[in-house]
Amino acid sequence: MFPVPFLLHAPDGFFSVPVSVAFWIVTAAVLGIAVRQANRTLDERAIPTLGVLAAFIFAAQMVNFQVAGGTSGHLLGGVLAAVLLGPWAGSIVMACVIAVQALVFQDGGLVVMGANIFNMGIIGTLGGYALYRAIAGLGRGWRWQLVAAGVAAWFAVEAAAIVTSFQLALSDTSPLNVALPAMAGVHALIGLGEAAITVAALAFIAAVRPDLLQARERAIATGQAAPAGGIWAALRSGPAWLAAGIVVSALVVVILAPFASSHPDGLERVAIDKGFEAVAKANPYEILPDYTIPGLDGTASTIVSGLIGVVIVLAVALGIARIIAARRAARLEQRKEAPAAT
Amino acid sequence: MSGLSLDRYLPRESPIHALDARVKFVVTIAFILAVSLLPVGSFAAIGIAWGAVAILSGTAKLGPFRPARNAFFALPFVLAALPLVFTRPGEELLTLPFGLFTLRATLEGLIAFLTIALKSWVAVQAALLLAYTTPFHDLIDALRALRVPGIFVTTVSFMYRYLAVLSDEASRMLRARAARSGSRGGRSGGTLRWRATVAGRIVGALFIRAYERSERVYQAMLARGFEGTIRPRTARALHRAEWAALAIAVLLLAAFETAAQLWIPAA
Repeated sequence: MFPVPFLLHAPDGFFSVPVSVAFWIVTAAVLGIAVRQANRTLDERAIPTLGVLAAFIFAAQMVNFQVAGGTSGHLLGGVLAAVLLGPWAGSIVMACVIAVQALVFQDGGLVVMGANIFNMGIIGTLGGYALYRAIAGLGRGWRWQLVAAGVAAWFAVEAAAIVTSFQLALSDTSPLNVALPAMAGVHALIGLGEAAITVAALAFIAAVRPDLLQARERAIATGQAAPAGGIWAALRSGPAWLAAGIVVSALVVVILAPFASSHPDGLERVAIDKGFEAVAKANPYEILPDYTIPGLDGTASTIVSGLIGVVIVLAVALGIARIIAARRAARLEQRKEAPAAT
Repeated sequence: MSGLSLDRYLPRESPIHALDARVKFVVTIAFILAVSLLPVGSFAAIGIAWGAVAILSGTAKLGPFRPARNAFFALPFVLAALPLVFTRPGEELLTLPFGLFTLRATLEGLIAFLTIALKSWVAVQAALLLAYTTPFHDLIDALRALRVPGIFVTTVSFMYRYLAVLSDEASRMLRARAARSGSRGGRSGGTLRWRATVAGRIVGALFIRAYERSERVYQAMLARGFEGTIRPRTARALHRAEWAALAIAVLLLAAFETAAQLWIPAA
């Protein structure tokens, strides 16, 4: 028995194949960077830690509290994982949680797993952490850090719901003008539970075991360092994270723009529906429909444009994979040479 | 002791169970991909795909209908596709007047909705069959063999090992909370803010216990000769028969998909 707290674990079949593949590519690219960063900063002590803490996130999602009328508040855990472990290790942990939920419990699909990891793992850990750092830099003291974490947790859940409703709309599974308000509305409430649990958990850990917090949070919580407040401090500490957030969202836009431009908006479609005009939708699962390249026409153009896109994205993904492999090999060599230095 | 049924694996003596996890994993993904790509309204093709799952489940000595029976838990997400019945333009089936607005259900909308719901149902069954017939540690080895980065493979394998431990830890804490929280007529005491804080503190305490456990796990690993790297079991090469099984399955799926796109009539 375990509750499914959020309507975000999409099963297979609810996102179209193009949307699923596009989000697998984005997710793989971001996780590739996360692996690189984690390999750089974590030592072998982290091998059991990441696994046990992934199990912790899974177990923490079981913790609920009664709100009203039989409904209850739950935790998704993205921002909590990012603040406790750092955003990169946090995104790896969240990806593993979602993978195990899909593989062991069929809670969330396999082909759509890229989109699910993006929505619940990457938005929460990287996007949520970026927001947390940006807000945290605006004030002083530990209480303000908690406020920042709570706000970030709420926005992370809300952003995940909004992105999911766009994915549903692009997949022709749900019209945007129904999915967006429904998902955003429901998760605006659920997000309050997420924020409350995140804040209370961080406050408790800071009071009981501040040594388990990341260096930055530990210094603030124990009063060793009060960060300079104000917009300039925010800009000094935030830009790397904001840049990461912008890069990720730009990636999504670039990859999804072709689908979006050729799919009439859900809003538009309902407007047409009112007049009962037959919309010429030959095949909703066609890859990159209507996406054309000047000089070519018809199917050839669609296929060529699709292939060019795939080649570019594959090249990027492979490039990242090669860099990781080379670094991993170098690290292994280092370990062999100096086993005492572990 | 654990309230969580952790493994869907059902041990049997069957050719499906004996098949290499790598082959099963790749074929399952290919199958779900093929089902996801089926055109709207291709109910005959979805039926054939379901038949394949039922036959394989029967071959695995699990009974042909076990995956179908147990795949309903993914049903709540169907809500996400339900609006299609009313928003897809097409032949009007029925009209529901609600005063301020009218909902018009269309045949096209109903077909689109049923396609998504049935595809998802069959896809979940395929994933269930994989879990029923493959021990999870074999699946982890398969992920490693398929070049999933090592940090994910080790994290998933450690996570799986401690899932039951930490879930038990969480349910003990929840039971302790329930034992200490008087309630009357199903209503919880305290303010909403207080209840949320208690839940958050449980999560915080769970984190501390998990972290301390991970430190003990690490010490135990060091005591047993851990030198900083996990040495995986070396994966054996696939036998020729396994390559053949993989190739046949993928070719069958490709033929099925082509036939479904070109010849099998869609509603």
